[in-house]
Amino acid sequence: MSILGTRVVRTEDPLFLTRGAVYTDDLTDPRLAGAVHATFVRSTVAHGTVTSVDTSAAAEAPGVVGVYTAAELGDLPPVAPPLPFLDAGFSRPWLVGVGERVHFVGDLVAVVLTEERYQGEDAAEMVVVDIDPLPAVVGTAAAKTDGTILFPAVGTNKVAAFGEPAPEDFFADCEVVVRREIVNQRVAAAPLETRAASAAWGEDGRVTIWCTNQGAQQAKGQIAGWLGLDPALVHLITPDVGGGFGAKIGADQEYAFVAWLAQQSGRPVRWTESRSENMTGMLQGRAQDQVVTIGGSRDGRVQAYSLEVSQDCGAYPRIGTVLPTLTMLMAAAVYDIPKVHAQATCYVTNGTSIGAYRGAGRPEATAAVERAMDLFAAEIGMDPADVRRKNFIPTFTEPTQTSSGATYDSGDYEAALDRVLQAAGYDELRAEQARRRERGDTRQLGIGVSAYVEITGADSGHGTSENAELEVHADGTATVLTGTSPHGQGHATTWAMLASEQLGIPVEKITVLHGDTDRIPDGGGTMGSRSLQQGGAAVHQAAVELVEVARKRAAELLEANPDDLEVDLANAGLSVKGTPGVGVTWAQLAADEQLIVQTTFTANAPTFPFGAHVAVVETDVESGKAVVTRLVTVDDAGTIINPLLAEGQRHGGIAQGVGQALLEEILYDEDGNPQTSTFADYPFVSATELPSFELVEMATPTPMNPLGAKGIGEAGTIGSTPAVQSAVVDSVAHLGVRHVDMPATSMRVWRAIQEAQKGSTN
Amino acid sequence: MQVSMTVNGQQRTDEVEPRMLLAHHLRDNLGLTATNIGCDSTSCGACTVIVDGLTVKSCTVLALQAEGSEVTTLEGLSTDGEMHPVQAAFRSEHGLQCGFCTSGMVMASIGVLADNPNPTDREVREGLEGNLCRCTGYHNIVQAVLKAAEAGPAAGQVPSSQQEVSA
Repeated sequence: MSILGTRVVRTEDPLFLTRGAVYTDDLTDPRLAGAVHATFVRSTVAHGTVTSVDTSAAAEAPGVVGVYTAAELGDLPPVAPPLPFLDAGFSRPWLVGVGERVHFVGDLVAVVLTEERYQGEDAAEMVVVDIDPLPAVVGTAAAKTDGTILFPAVGTNKVAAFGEPAPEDFFADCEVVVRREIVNQRVAAAPLETRAASAAWGEDGRVTIWCTNQGAQQAKGQIAGWLGLDPALVHLITPDVGGGFGAKIGADQEYAFVAWLAQQSGRPVRWTESRSENMTGMLQGRAQDQVVTIGGSRDGRVQAYSLEVSQDCGAYPRIGTVLPTLTMLMAAAVYDIPKVHAQATCYVTNGTSIGAYRGAGRPEATAAVERAMDLFAAEIGMDPADVRRKNFIPTFTEPTQTSSGATYDSGDYEAALDRVLQAAGYDELRAEQARRRERGDTRQLGIGVSAYVEITGADSGHGTSENAELEVHADGTATVLTGTSPHGQGHATTWAMLASEQLGIPVEKITVLHGDTDRIPDGGGTMGSRSLQQGGAAVHQAAVELVEVARKRAAELLEANPDDLEVDLANAGLSVKGTPGVGVTWAQLAADEQLIVQTTFTANAPTFPFGAHVAVVETDVESGKAVVTRLVTVDDAGTIINPLLAEGQRHGGIAQGVGQALLEEILYDEDGNPQTSTFADYPFVSATELPSFELVEMATPTPMNPLGAKGIGEAGTIGSTPAVQSAVVDSVAHLGVRHVDMPATSMRVWRAIQEAQKGSTN
Repeated sequence: MQVSMTVNGQQRTDEVEPRMLLAHHLRDNLGLTATNIGCDSTSCGACTVIVDGLTVKSCTVLALQAEGSEVTTLEGLSTDGEMHPVQAAFRSEHGLQCGFCTSGMVMASIGVLADNPNPTDREVREGLEGNLCRCTGYHNIVQAVLKAAEAGPAAGQVPSSQQEVSA
């Protein structure tokens, strides 16, 4: 029986559950013996000019080994924006010096090195930084006026623009047109492990850097580039990683700086940030202001759709600057809309920089079009599920081009919707809703429906390729090296399953290694839900190729025709067809000569997972508080290798979507001061705010890789966010409410009800 | 100052600064790094350990406050290579992904089961409100606690003294 498709528990877990994983801050590597601790001094002002930095008291504090300001940087050049088309004027200094500007609360001004961790916090507080404040630019509306310009050398806050305005007559032939400004708010990725890095220089002139990240090879390349180091001198190791969600893609400047400090001080250096530091220093997500316009006929057919995005990039443009292009690509989503328009303009603001967060550009597209569909349905008085059904792209099994330019691999959107509606008992839910409305209950029912398609395995800097190395050892064990970078996804288990499927070696005897640039120089890391469809496919390919290498050797050994040999999974080797007793194991072959394969798998193209969600909420119309009572989801990610782990990915994704829809938002005051910089302030979704989830199976294989697998890491978030938002709006729709921005907090819902009751549309 | 406590059944005496947090003492002085620190506001619960039968967030307790106490961390839960019922259930139900919250989540779950050996889904959620997880959406954590409850009273006890635990 095939191991694929079975619920294999993780091989990682025994250690994780008894000794704990080993994260960067846990390392006891001898190379880090005698390490000093780095503590950064960060700007407490969002926008202003540094007038003085006094380190004299800090330098005398107990345990201080060194204090560094911009004056100590020497010829280290500032870090250029990560995308070649961006103006170099947006470069970020390592430390903001006297006469230079800080651009967000959290910008780096100085750093102290101390013998002990606690001494660092004491000494950092003794560094006196004077900043002449400038007006802060909070949000894209303020940025686009250019009333205050963050980077005078650039001359505008506009970082980039994609797409053209829609023609004036774009909606001319539509019976009904609805336009709405909506907010896809700034949120924190908030992995439980904050950022951390350590570095030690060896006598051989090489530096070893340990840091928490989602792809060692990319992080290494960035660090070497920023510091002007020969990449051959950099050895980057990724220890266990406590969550990433996109915010740990690549390296952050602090990681490179730790390596630089180790070189300057002649001591190994360790750095682990606090949560409050993380909530201003780590890349955040979403932060789009959107305008949706949707037009169609009263029979429910949508004829034109427009999405205009204003992207908040934060203080220094990072990868978030190009994520709106994914939003634009996926604008039309699951719908066959004759005319689709999308454009985006990106601005710097005095907030934390924006990067990828679970979904990264695609949740924003889905949230926009699903909101638009609901608004259109409400306007023409049609059930939201029916409007969706009327406009779906019909079932297809061959690649199909959409009106916003994407080529989808396979999809059956109506089937996904039908399944989820049936599983949720949609008709009965609507009947119960009607009864409660009839009775005028305080607790009203809201039903939200979303349909989505997203892009996974897109080129995120490594093409659509991933490599794998597979070696079987003479003791019958095997080792897999992968260029992916698991941080909770369970690659060690799934990659072992893929090798075991071909070789018959039990998963417990297969070790999967990743995240060491000396052993695995090339790799694309884990992001964009690429790992299984590219990295997993590479492991599969390596195992298939290893069988062929072994077959030739075994044929010689057994003096048999290679075609007469067949894989003998029970004995983990090859045997002569029809003669079960005669054969040779992989281990025996490996004892004679190293049995190893290195291979690269290249996917034909990205894949497009899809699904449909139903969220049910109960809203107290007196307080505005909405509680999610059910979440029913179809998330079709093609062939599933390990359902246990795939479900786990869905669960986590769904929960983060609920968090964004109902609770979470990074807030600033008008001066750019963060209002949500601890977990006491930031409403991170907890167990009490969620129901257990109801998952419905559906699997439409993709032709893009031999596994038939699409990505599953981000789908849950993409589907659940609009479903929950829609459910909240639906719960108070009978009171005249058409829209509530995310997060749909009690206050927002209550206000929307009050305004609707006053007769103003909201 | 000197502080003595029993950690996972072993007597430990160390010099600590008066301000040192129990979490840092466990991690930095005793090398017990399964206990993680995920926030600085007693919000996330990643640092949850059991002190004298009570689940506590070790980032909010001074090492000195644990003087004379019996402390159990994740590393102290297995006996003779056998996982504690809660550990075993977290594995079988896929109750962990990145693992960072796991140590605190397992310790807190023992506390939940000590107080309520047969909790409902909702009671488990209320009991774990002070422990945050970003990966699992809590679904399989709740399943794991319900599964562990099937093991009976042992699921709510720690092995070092078989003492009763309370959340």
